[in-house]
Amino acid sequence: MNNTKTLYDGGKVITGLVIFVILVTLPFWYNHGKAAPEPQPQLTAKAKAEKACVRPKSIMKATHMQILNGWRNNVVRNARRIWETADGKRFNMSLSKTCLDCHSNKEKFCDTCHNYAAVAPYCWDCHIDKVKEAKE
Amino acid sequence: MKRSRRSFLQLAGVSALGLGLKPAAGLFAASGGHGRAPGEKVLKSEKALKAKQWAMVIDTRKFESAEDLEPLIEVCHKIHNVPSMKDKRHEIKWIWEEEFEHAFPTQELRFLPERIAQLPFLTLCNHCEHPPCVRACPTKATFKREDGIVLMDFHRCIGCRFCMAACPYGSRSFNFRDPRPFIEEINPDYPTRMKGVVEKCNFCAERLAVGRMPACVEASNGAITFGDLEDPESEVRALLRENYTIRRKQALGTGPAIYYIV
Repeated sequence: MNNTKTLYDGGKVITGLVIFVILVTLPFWYNHGKAAPEPQPQLTAKAKAEKACVRPKSIMKATHMQILNGWRNNVVRNARRIWETADGKRFNMSLSKTCLDCHSNKEKFCDTCHNYAAVAPYCWDCHIDKVKEAKE
Repeated sequence: MKRSRRSFLQLAGVSALGLGLKPAAGLFAASGGHGRAPGEKVLKSEKALKAKQWAMVIDTRKFESAEDLEPLIEVCHKIHNVPSMKDKRHEIKWIWEEEFEHAFPTQELRFLPERIAQLPFLTLCNHCEHPPCVRACPTKATFKREDGIVLMDFHRCIGCRFCMAACPYGSRSFNFRDPRPFIEEINPDYPTRMKGVVEKCNFCAERLAVGRMPACVEASNGAITFGDLEDPESEVRALLRENYTIRRKQALGTGPAIYYIV
Protein backbone atom coordinates (compact mmCIF):
# COMPACT_ATOMS: atom_id res chain seq x y z
CA MET A 1 0.00 0.00 0.00
CA ASN A 2 1.26 3.42 -0.87
CA ASN A 3 1.71 5.39 2.31
CA THR A 4 2.63 8.78 0.88
CA LYS A 5 0.20 11.56 1.67
CA THR A 6 -0.61 14.05 -0.99
CA LEU A 7 -2.06 17.48 -0.46
CA TYR A 8 -4.27 18.07 -3.44
CA ASP A 9 -4.29 21.65 -4.66
CA GLY A 10 -1.72 22.45 -1.98
CA GLY A 11 -0.89 25.86 -3.36
CA LYS A 12 -4.48 27.04 -3.31
CA VAL A 13 -5.14 25.61 0.14
CA ILE A 14 -2.10 27.26 1.70
CA THR A 15 -2.77 30.59 0.00
CA GLY A 16 -6.34 30.42 1.17
CA LEU A 17 -5.25 29.67 4.73
CA VAL A 18 -2.79 32.55 4.74
CA ILE A 19 -5.47 34.96 3.46
CA PHE A 20 -7.89 33.64 6.08
CA VAL A 21 -5.41 34.14 8.92
CA ILE A 22 -4.58 37.65 7.73
CA LEU A 23 -8.25 38.58 7.44
CA VAL A 24 -9.12 37.24 10.88
CA THR A 25 -6.21 38.97 12.57
CA LEU A 26 -6.67 42.17 10.57
CA PRO A 27 -8.24 44.13 13.49
CA PHE A 28 -5.21 43.32 15.62
CA TRP A 29 -2.79 44.51 12.91
CA TYR A 30 -4.92 47.52 12.21
CA ASN A 31 -4.95 48.68 15.81
CA HIS A 32 -1.40 47.61 16.59
CA GLY A 33 0.48 50.28 18.49
CA LYS A 34 -2.57 52.47 18.74
CA ALA A 35 -3.66 51.45 22.22
CA ALA A 36 -5.71 54.07 24.02
CA PRO A 37 -3.57 55.73 26.66
CA GLU A 38 -3.99 54.45 30.17
CA PRO A 39 -6.60 56.58 31.93
CA GLN A 40 -5.26 59.16 34.36
CA PRO A 41 -8.06 60.00 36.77
CA GLN A 42 -7.44 63.38 38.32
CA LEU A 43 -7.87 64.23 41.95
CA THR A 44 -9.36 67.53 42.99
CA ALA A 45 -7.46 69.73 45.41
CA LYS A 46 -9.89 68.67 48.12
CA ALA A 47 -9.33 64.98 47.47
CA LYS A 48 -5.57 65.50 47.48
CA ALA A 49 -5.70 67.37 50.78
CA GLU A 50 -7.80 64.63 52.30
CA LYS A 51 -5.12 62.04 51.40
CA ALA A 52 -7.11 58.97 52.45
CA CYS A 53 -10.36 57.66 50.96
CA VAL A 54 -12.76 55.43 52.91
CA ARG A 55 -10.38 52.59 52.16
CA PRO A 56 -6.81 52.44 50.81
CA LYS A 57 -6.42 53.68 47.25
CA SER A 58 -5.51 50.32 45.71
CA ILE A 59 -8.61 48.69 47.22
CA MET A 60 -10.82 51.58 46.14
CA LYS A 61 -9.52 51.31 42.61
CA ALA A 62 -10.37 47.63 42.36
CA THR A 63 -13.50 47.28 44.49
CA HIS A 64 -15.25 50.65 44.80
CA MET A 65 -18.26 49.17 43.03
CA GLN A 66 -18.65 46.42 45.61
CA ILE A 67 -18.20 48.96 48.41
CA LEU A 68 -20.89 51.18 46.90
CA ASN A 69 -23.17 48.18 46.53
CA GLY A 70 -22.66 47.38 50.22
CA TRP A 71 -23.30 51.01 51.10
CA ARG A 72 -26.58 51.14 49.23
CA ASN A 73 -27.81 47.95 50.88
CA ASN A 74 -26.86 49.21 54.30
CA VAL A 75 -28.43 52.60 53.81
CA VAL A 76 -31.65 51.54 52.12
CA ARG A 77 -32.33 48.16 53.63
CA ASN A 78 -30.66 48.31 57.05
CA ALA A 79 -31.09 52.04 57.73
CA ARG A 80 -27.41 52.31 58.61
CA ARG A 81 -25.96 55.40 57.07
CA ILE A 82 -22.61 55.90 58.77
CA TRP A 83 -19.37 54.25 57.71
CA GLU A 84 -16.60 54.11 60.29
CA THR A 85 -13.14 53.36 58.99
CA ALA A 86 -10.62 51.24 60.88
CA ASP A 87 -9.02 54.40 62.30
CA GLY A 88 -12.33 55.76 63.55
CA LYS A 89 -13.12 58.29 60.81
CA ARG A 90 -16.81 58.59 60.00
CA PHE A 91 -18.43 59.09 56.64
CA ASN A 92 -22.02 59.47 55.50
CA MET A 93 -22.56 56.56 53.10
CA SER A 94 -23.72 58.71 50.21
CA LEU A 95 -22.51 58.72 46.64
CA SER A 96 -23.68 62.24 45.89
CA LYS A 97 -22.90 63.80 49.24
CA THR A 98 -19.69 62.03 50.27
CA CYS A 99 -17.91 60.55 47.24
CA LEU A 100 -18.72 63.45 44.95
CA ASP A 101 -17.92 65.96 47.65
CA CYS A 102 -14.22 65.20 47.22
CA HIS A 103 -14.36 63.81 43.70
CA SER A 104 -16.44 66.65 42.39
CA ASN A 105 -14.82 66.28 38.96
CA LYS A 106 -16.82 63.32 37.70
CA GLU A 107 -15.74 63.82 34.07
CA LYS A 108 -12.06 63.71 34.95
CA PHE A 109 -12.27 61.18 37.76
CA CYS A 110 -15.06 58.61 37.32
CA ASP A 111 -15.60 58.88 33.60
CA THR A 112 -11.97 58.55 32.48
CA CYS A 113 -11.69 54.96 33.69
CA HIS A 114 -15.29 54.03 33.00
CA ASN A 115 -14.96 55.15 29.38
CA TYR A 116 -11.62 53.37 29.02
CA ALA A 117 -13.10 50.13 30.35
CA ALA A 118 -16.33 50.70 28.39
CA VAL A 119 -18.54 50.36 31.43
CA ALA A 120 -21.65 52.50 31.83
CA PRO A 121 -22.70 52.46 35.48
CA TYR A 122 -26.31 53.54 35.83
CA CYS A 123 -25.76 55.28 39.18
CA TRP A 124 -26.26 58.65 37.52
CA ASP A 125 -29.69 57.85 36.18
CA CYS A 126 -30.94 58.70 39.65
CA HIS A 127 -28.08 59.97 41.78
CA ILE A 128 -27.26 63.56 41.06
CA ASP A 129 -23.72 64.02 39.81
CA LYS A 130 -23.61 67.78 39.65
CA VAL A 131 -24.27 68.50 43.28
CA LYS A 132 -22.63 71.91 43.22
CA GLU A 133 -24.24 73.07 40.00
CA ALA A 134 -27.67 71.98 41.13
CA LYS A 135 -27.26 74.03 44.29
CA GLU A 136 -26.40 77.24 42.46
CA MET B 1 -1.93 -2.29 35.85
CA LYS B 2 -5.15 -3.13 34.17
CA ARG B 3 -8.04 -0.77 34.65
CA SER B 4 -11.62 -1.22 33.59
CA ARG B 5 -13.29 1.51 31.60
CA ARG B 6 -15.73 2.01 34.45
CA SER B 7 -13.09 2.64 37.10
CA PHE B 8 -11.24 4.98 34.72
CA LEU B 9 -14.36 7.05 34.15
CA GLN B 10 -15.08 7.18 37.87
CA LEU B 11 -11.60 8.46 38.59
CA ALA B 12 -11.81 11.00 35.77
CA GLY B 13 -15.16 12.22 37.08
CA VAL B 14 -13.94 12.69 40.62
CA SER B 15 -10.81 14.49 39.39
CA ALA B 16 -12.85 16.86 37.22
CA LEU B 17 -15.10 17.61 40.19
CA GLY B 18 -12.09 18.36 42.36
CA LEU B 19 -10.53 20.62 39.73
CA GLY B 20 -13.81 22.42 39.17
CA LEU B 21 -14.52 22.95 42.84
CA LYS B 22 -11.64 25.27 43.60
CA PRO B 23 -12.39 28.00 41.05
CA ALA B 24 -16.09 27.74 41.89
CA ALA B 25 -15.33 28.27 45.58
CA GLY B 26 -13.21 31.27 44.65
CA LEU B 27 -16.05 32.65 42.59
CA PHE B 28 -18.41 32.65 45.53
CA ALA B 29 -15.85 34.26 47.79
CA ALA B 30 -15.18 37.01 45.24
CA SER B 31 -18.83 37.76 44.56
CA GLY B 32 -19.35 38.55 48.24
CA GLY B 33 -17.31 41.73 48.37
CA HIS B 34 -19.65 43.42 50.84
CA GLY B 35 -17.54 42.30 53.74
CA ARG B 36 -15.85 44.79 55.94
CA ALA B 37 -12.20 44.85 56.84
CA PRO B 38 -11.45 44.46 60.55
CA GLY B 39 -12.19 47.66 62.43
CA GLU B 40 -14.65 49.00 59.89
CA LYS B 41 -18.22 49.53 61.02
CA VAL B 42 -21.57 50.58 59.63
CA LEU B 43 -23.62 52.48 62.16
CA LYS B 44 -26.84 54.34 62.70
CA SER B 45 -26.61 57.97 63.66
CA GLU B 46 -27.10 58.65 67.38
CA LYS B 47 -29.59 61.32 66.36
CA ALA B 48 -31.79 58.90 64.40
CA LEU B 49 -35.39 58.69 65.59
CA LYS B 50 -36.51 55.20 66.57
CA ALA B 51 -39.88 53.48 66.80
CA LYS B 52 -41.53 50.10 66.51
CA GLN B 53 -44.28 51.29 64.18
CA TRP B 54 -44.27 54.84 62.96
CA ALA B 55 -47.73 56.29 62.62
CA MET B 56 -49.38 59.57 61.77
CA VAL B 57 -52.47 61.24 63.16
CA ILE B 58 -53.94 63.87 60.85
CA ASP B 59 -56.27 66.30 62.56
CA THR B 60 -58.54 67.23 59.67
CA ARG B 61 -60.36 69.76 61.86
CA LYS B 62 -57.35 72.01 61.49
CA PHE B 63 -57.62 72.11 57.70
CA GLU B 64 -60.20 74.23 55.96
CA SER B 65 -59.49 74.14 52.26
CA ALA B 66 -57.15 72.79 49.61
CA GLU B 67 -54.96 75.82 50.15
CA ASP B 68 -54.06 74.56 53.61
CA LEU B 69 -52.83 71.27 52.17
CA GLU B 70 -50.88 72.72 49.28
CA PRO B 71 -47.74 73.78 51.18
CA LEU B 72 -47.46 70.30 52.71
CA ILE B 73 -47.70 68.61 49.33
CA GLU B 74 -45.33 71.09 47.80
CA VAL B 75 -42.60 70.71 50.40
CA CYS B 76 -42.73 66.90 50.15
CA HIS B 77 -42.62 66.83 46.38
CA LYS B 78 -39.88 69.43 46.31
CA ILE B 79 -37.44 67.74 48.68
CA HIS B 80 -38.02 64.31 47.15
CA ASN B 81 -37.62 65.42 43.55
CA VAL B 82 -41.14 64.34 42.63
CA PRO B 83 -41.84 65.48 39.06
CA SER B 84 -44.96 67.38 38.14
CA MET B 85 -46.34 65.74 35.02
CA LYS B 86 -48.91 67.62 33.02
CA ASP B 87 -50.43 64.44 31.64
CA LYS B 88 -52.62 62.92 34.36
CA ARG B 89 -51.81 59.40 33.17
CA HIS B 90 -48.15 59.96 34.01
CA GLU B 91 -48.78 61.65 37.32
CA ILE B 92 -46.39 60.92 40.19
CA LYS B 93 -47.64 61.57 43.70
CA TRP B 94 -46.32 60.88 47.16
CA ILE B 95 -48.90 62.89 49.08
CA TRP B 96 -52.05 64.30 47.61
CA GLU B 97 -55.56 65.50 48.40
CA GLU B 98 -58.68 63.42 48.04
CA GLU B 99 -62.40 63.88 48.60
CA PHE B 100 -63.86 62.11 51.62
CA GLU B 101 -66.00 59.77 49.55
CA HIS B 102 -62.98 58.65 47.55
CA ALA B 103 -60.62 58.37 50.47
CA PHE B 104 -63.14 56.59 52.70
CA PRO B 105 -65.57 54.77 50.39
CA THR B 106 -66.49 52.26 53.10
CA GLN B 107 -67.53 54.92 55.59
CA GLU B 108 -71.07 56.23 55.89
CA LEU B 109 -71.45 58.64 52.99
CA ARG B 110 -75.18 59.23 52.68
CA PHE B 111 -75.71 62.13 55.06
CA LEU B 112 -72.29 63.66 55.30
CA PRO B 113 -71.91 66.89 57.20
CA GLU B 114 -71.15 69.70 54.82
CA ARG B 115 -67.74 70.38 56.31
CA ILE B 116 -66.58 66.81 55.68
CA ALA B 117 -68.17 66.59 52.25
CA GLN B 118 -66.23 69.62 51.09
CA LEU B 119 -63.01 69.16 52.98
CA PRO B 120 -60.06 67.85 50.99
CA PHE B 121 -58.34 65.01 52.83
CA LEU B 122 -54.61 64.54 52.85
CA THR B 123 -53.72 61.07 51.60
CA LEU B 124 -50.37 59.32 51.37
CA CYS B 125 -48.88 55.85 51.76
CA ASN B 126 -50.44 54.28 54.85
CA HIS B 127 -47.30 52.36 55.83
CA CYS B 128 -49.58 49.46 56.67
CA GLU B 129 -48.89 47.01 59.46
CA HIS B 130 -49.62 44.21 56.98
CA PRO B 131 -48.69 45.79 53.65
CA PRO B 132 -50.13 43.97 50.63
CA CYS B 133 -47.60 45.64 48.32
CA VAL B 134 -44.74 43.94 50.16
CA ARG B 135 -46.36 40.55 49.63
CA ALA B 136 -46.87 41.28 45.95
CA CYS B 137 -43.35 42.48 45.17
CA PRO B 138 -41.42 39.69 43.43
CA THR B 139 -37.97 41.22 44.04
CA LYS B 140 -38.39 42.46 47.61
CA ALA B 141 -37.79 45.95 46.28
CA THR B 142 -40.50 47.09 48.65
CA PHE B 143 -40.18 45.88 52.20
CA LYS B 144 -41.28 46.66 55.72
CA ARG B 145 -38.55 48.12 57.86
CA GLU B 146 -38.01 47.35 61.53
CA ASP B 147 -39.60 50.67 62.45
CA GLY B 148 -42.73 49.93 60.42
CA ILE B 149 -41.92 52.06 57.39
CA VAL B 150 -42.86 50.43 54.10
CA LEU B 151 -39.86 51.43 52.04
CA MET B 152 -38.93 51.20 48.38
CA ASP B 153 -35.49 50.09 47.29
CA PHE B 154 -35.50 51.77 43.90
CA HIS B 155 -32.34 49.88 42.95
CA ARG B 156 -34.24 46.61 43.00
CA CYS B 157 -37.52 47.69 41.43
CA ILE B 158 -38.09 46.02 38.07
CA GLY B 159 -41.20 48.03 37.31
CA CYS B 160 -43.65 45.13 37.23
CA ARG B 161 -46.28 47.22 39.06
CA PHE B 162 -47.68 44.29 41.04
CA CYS B 163 -47.42 46.53 44.11
CA MET B 164 -49.59 49.15 42.45
CA ALA B 165 -52.25 46.55 41.79
CA ALA B 166 -51.96 45.30 45.36
CA CYS B 167 -52.18 48.68 47.09
CA PRO B 168 -55.81 49.49 47.89
CA TYR B 169 -55.00 53.17 48.47
CA GLY B 170 -53.48 54.20 45.14
CA SER B 171 -50.39 55.32 46.98
CA ARG B 172 -47.96 54.23 44.32
CA SER B 173 -47.00 55.86 41.06
CA PHE B 174 -45.10 54.49 38.12
CA ASN B 175 -42.51 56.41 36.14
CA PHE B 176 -43.73 55.97 32.60
CA ARG B 177 -41.22 58.58 31.49
CA ASP B 178 -37.83 59.77 32.64
CA PRO B 179 -38.87 62.10 35.47
CA ARG B 180 -35.81 64.38 35.42
CA PRO B 181 -36.98 66.89 32.80
CA PHE B 182 -40.21 67.36 34.76
CA ILE B 183 -38.61 68.35 38.04
CA GLU B 184 -38.65 72.13 38.24
CA GLU B 185 -35.85 72.46 40.73
CA ILE B 186 -33.73 69.41 41.54
CA ASN B 187 -32.86 68.97 45.20
CA PRO B 188 -29.26 67.74 45.15
CA ASP B 189 -29.63 66.09 48.56
CA TYR B 190 -32.04 63.43 47.34
CA PRO B 191 -31.79 61.22 44.26
CA THR B 192 -34.33 61.31 41.47
CA ARG B 193 -35.87 58.15 40.03
CA MET B 194 -35.53 56.76 36.55
CA LYS B 195 -37.99 55.57 33.95
CA GLY B 196 -39.52 52.21 34.81
CA VAL B 197 -39.61 52.25 38.60
CA VAL B 198 -42.47 52.65 41.03
CA GLU B 199 -42.28 55.26 43.76
CA LYS B 200 -44.22 56.41 46.80
CA CYS B 201 -43.98 58.19 50.15
CA ASN B 202 -41.11 56.98 52.31
CA PHE B 203 -42.27 58.58 55.59
CA CYS B 204 -39.16 60.75 55.17
CA ALA B 205 -36.85 57.90 56.18
CA GLU B 206 -33.88 60.07 55.18
CA ARG B 207 -34.97 62.77 57.63
CA LEU B 208 -35.76 60.38 60.49
CA ALA B 209 -32.22 59.04 60.08
CA VAL B 210 -30.81 62.42 61.05
CA GLY B 211 -33.32 63.14 63.78
CA ARG B 212 -35.82 65.25 61.87
CA MET B 213 -39.58 64.86 61.61
CA PRO B 214 -41.17 64.19 58.20
CA ALA B 215 -41.42 67.29 56.04
CA CYS B 216 -45.23 67.34 55.91
CA VAL B 217 -45.41 67.08 59.70
CA GLU B 218 -43.00 69.98 60.07
CA ALA B 219 -44.97 72.09 57.59
CA SER B 220 -48.39 71.29 59.07
CA ASN B 221 -48.30 73.70 62.05
CA GLY B 222 -49.32 70.93 64.42
CA ALA B 223 -52.16 69.51 62.33
CA ILE B 224 -50.20 66.29 61.77
CA THR B 225 -48.66 64.35 64.62
CA PHE B 226 -46.04 61.71 64.03
CA GLY B 227 -44.89 59.09 66.51
CA ASP B 228 -44.58 55.52 67.66
CA LEU B 229 -47.84 53.58 67.66
CA GLU B 230 -46.40 50.87 69.90
CA ASP B 231 -45.32 53.32 72.59
CA PRO B 232 -48.28 54.03 74.93
CA GLU B 233 -46.59 57.24 76.06
CA SER B 234 -46.22 58.65 72.55
CA GLU B 235 -48.00 61.72 71.27
CA VAL B 236 -49.93 59.79 68.65
CA ARG B 237 -51.24 57.37 71.25
CA ALA B 238 -52.33 60.28 73.43
CA LEU B 239 -54.27 61.73 70.50
CA LEU B 240 -55.82 58.35 69.71
CA ARG B 241 -56.91 58.01 73.34
CA GLU B 242 -58.62 61.37 73.33
CA ASN B 243 -60.15 61.46 69.85
CA TYR B 244 -62.29 59.27 67.67
CA THR B 245 -60.27 58.47 64.54
CA ILE B 246 -60.90 56.69 61.27
CA ARG B 247 -58.55 54.89 58.92
CA ARG B 248 -58.86 54.21 55.20
CA LYS B 249 -60.51 50.90 54.21
CA GLN B 250 -59.87 49.27 57.57
CA ALA B 251 -61.94 46.22 56.73
CA LEU B 252 -59.27 45.05 54.30
CA GLY B 253 -57.05 44.22 57.24
CA THR B 254 -53.96 46.03 56.03
CA GLY B 255 -53.66 47.98 59.26
CA PRO B 256 -53.05 51.47 57.91
CA ALA B 257 -50.85 53.64 60.13
CA ILE B 258 -52.42 56.93 59.11
CA TYR B 259 -55.24 57.96 61.42
CA TYR B 260 -57.67 60.77 60.70
CA ILE B 261 -59.45 62.81 63.34
CA VAL B 262 -62.64 63.99 61.64
